[in-house]
Amino acid sequence: MTTTVLSARDIAWSVGGTRILERVSLDAYAGRVLGIIGPNGAGKTSLLRILAGLRRPEAGSVRIGGVDLGRVRRREVARRLAIVEQSPEVHADISVEETVALGRTPHRTAFAPLDGRDREAIESALALTGMGLLRSRSWQTLSGGEQQRVQLARALAQEPDVIVLDEPTNHLDIRYQLDVLALLRSLDVTVVTALHDLNLAARYCDQIAVLHDGGLRAIGMPEAVLSPELIRSVYGVEAVVEHSPHTGSPLITYVRTV
Amino acid sequence: MTRLRTPTLLVAFVGLLLVSIVAASFIGTASIEAQDVLSVVLRRLGLAAIAPGPPVSPLVDALIWESRLPRVLLAGTVGLGLSISGAVLQSVTRNPLAEPYLLGVSSGASTGAVAVMILGFGSGAVTLSAGAFVGALVAFAIVLLLIGGGRVSNPARVVLTGVLVSQFFSAVTSLVLMLDGDADATRGFTYWLLGSVGGARWEPLQVAATVILLGSLACLVFTPALDAFTFGWDTAASLGIDVTKARVTLMVLAALITAAAVAASGAIGFIGLLVPHVVRLLVGQSHRLLLPLSGLGGAVFLIWVDTFARSAFSPHEIPVGVITALLGAPVFAIVLRKAAHR
Repeated sequence: MTTTVLSARDIAWSVGGTRILERVSLDAYAGRVLGIIGPNGAGKTSLLRILAGLRRPEAGSVRIGGVDLGRVRRREVARRLAIVEQSPEVHADISVEETVALGRTPHRTAFAPLDGRDREAIESALALTGMGLLRSRSWQTLSGGEQQRVQLARALAQEPDVIVLDEPTNHLDIRYQLDVLALLRSLDVTVVTALHDLNLAARYCDQIAVLHDGGLRAIGMPEAVLSPELIRSVYGVEAVVEHSPHTGSPLITYVRTV
Repeated sequence: MTRLRTPTLLVAFVGLLLVSIVAASFIGTASIEAQDVLSVVLRRLGLAAIAPGPPVSPLVDALIWESRLPRVLLAGTVGLGLSISGAVLQSVTRNPLAEPYLLGVSSGASTGAVAVMILGFGSGAVTLSAGAFVGALVAFAIVLLLIGGGRVSNPARVVLTGVLVSQFFSAVTSLVLMLDGDADATRGFTYWLLGSVGGARWEPLQVAATVILLGSLACLVFTPALDAFTFGWDTAASLGIDVTKARVTLMVLAALITAAAVAASGAIGFIGLLVPHVVRLLVGQSHRLLLPLSGLGGAVFLIWVDTFARSAFSPHEIPVGVITALLGAPVFAIVLRKAAHR
C-alpha cells in the first residue's frame, strides 16, 4: 500500500533551555500530503527544520527512505528533499528564472553549464507554478504571493521526493492558496507542510498532525483528527465541525473563544 | 539564463584585457608604439623570430620591460583580485555593500604590512604579504564578531561596522608609523596607503599574481555556494551546500586575495563594489559568470584608471586609489539607496 518516505522518531529540541519539541514521532507517506497544524509557537517551524535536516534533533532521529538523515551527505539529501521557507530576506536583484535555476544546484557541478535535463526541470517548474511569463522579472518587484510561488518552483526544479513547506499559503490570495494546495496534491511528491487554516488543511491534506506545546497531540486523517474537542483544547476555540456537502471534507465553523 | 552568450563574453573580456595591457604599456610616452611593446615582450620571452620590426633601443627596452609592463600587470592583477574579493564578500555576508576596503579588511592588511616593515621582519614581498594576510584576517574576524557571524543582514549596519574597524586599523597604522618616527619612511608609507601601483617591480608582482590568481581560481570552485547564499543559509543548506565550510573557506580566500593586493599596492578602495555591480547589470546574478567577468573587468578597469592617473596630469601622478574612490563613491550611494528600499 503506502510506503513511508520520511519518518521522525521521538524528536526532541530546545532553544536556550526551553523545550520546543518533546518526543514527536510521525511518518510521511509516498505521494501524500501531511499537514502540520497547531497554534503559534507550537514548534511547527522547528519541527520542519529538523525534518528537512537543517537542524540536528537533540534526541530522536529522522529517516529518509529508511536512512538516517545525519548519515547522508548534504548534497545527497538535497537531491531528495527540498524546503520552502517563509519569506526569506533577499538583497540581490535576482530574476525569477535565476531563482528557479538555483533548484538545480545539487544536480550540477561548479563548472557545468545548465544542460538539457536542467532546463527541462526549470521549464516544467515554471509552467506548473504559472510563473513562465514572469521569468525575467526581478524578485524584488514580485508580490508576496508571486515570491511564494517562485520559491515553490525552485523547490520543484530540485526534483525531490519530499517537499517540506512552512506555511506556503501565507500572503496568497484565496485563489492562489487553492491553486498552490491543489498543485501540491496533484504532484507525485511527498509533501510535508505547516498550515494555518484548518479548513484548507482539512480539504487538501491526506493526514494531519497536530502540535501543541511541543508535543504531538494527534495524527491521522482530517475527519478523525479535527474534532470540536481537539480544536477547543488546542486552540481555545469553540467550533462546529460538519461534513461539507460541496467538497466532501470536514468544514469547521468557529463559534467563539473559550 | 544569461542575457548574453557566456563564451562570447569571456572571449570578449579576455581580448579586451590583452589589448588594454599592450595599449597601457605605451600610452603616455610619445616615443613608444604598440609594435615596440610587442617586440620587447616577444624578444624577452625568447620568441624573437616572430617579433615585429627591428630590436628597440636598450633605453626603450628597459622602460617597457622594467617599468611599464610590471606596473600595468600589477594594476591588472590587483584590479582582478579586489573585484573578485568584493563579489565573494557580497555573497558570503549577504550584503550588497560589502567590499574589502569598506569592510575594513584592506585597512587591517595595511596595518599588518606596515607592522612587518617597521618591526623589522624585512620588506620582501612574501613577508609583507604574510603580515598583510594576518592583518586582513584579524580585521575580518573582528567585523564578523561585531555583526554576529552574519546573522545581522542590515546592510547599513554591516557597513558601519566596517567603518569602525577600518578607522581603528588606520589609527593603529598611524600610531606605528609615528612611533617609528622616520619622516621619510612615513611619507613613503602615506603615499602607499592611498593605494598606488607606481614603482611596481617583477618580484613583488610575481608574489601578488601567484596568490591572487590561485585564490581567485579556488573561489570559482565555490560558485554554486555563492549563488545559493542569495536566499539565506538555510535555503543554501537545503540546496546541498555545506554552508559553514563554504563560508569559512571563501572568507579566508577573500582575505588572502585582499592581503596580496594590499601588500603590493596599498589599499585601493571601491573597486570591489564598483566592478561586480556593473558586471551584474550585464550578466545577472550567476556567480559562474559574475566571478570570472568581474575579475577580468576589474583588471581592465584598474589598468585604465592607473593609465589615466599617471598620464592625465603629467608630470604629476595621482595615487590610483584617489581616482577609484572618486568613481566609487557615487556607486556606493546608488547601491545604498537601492538596499535601503528593500
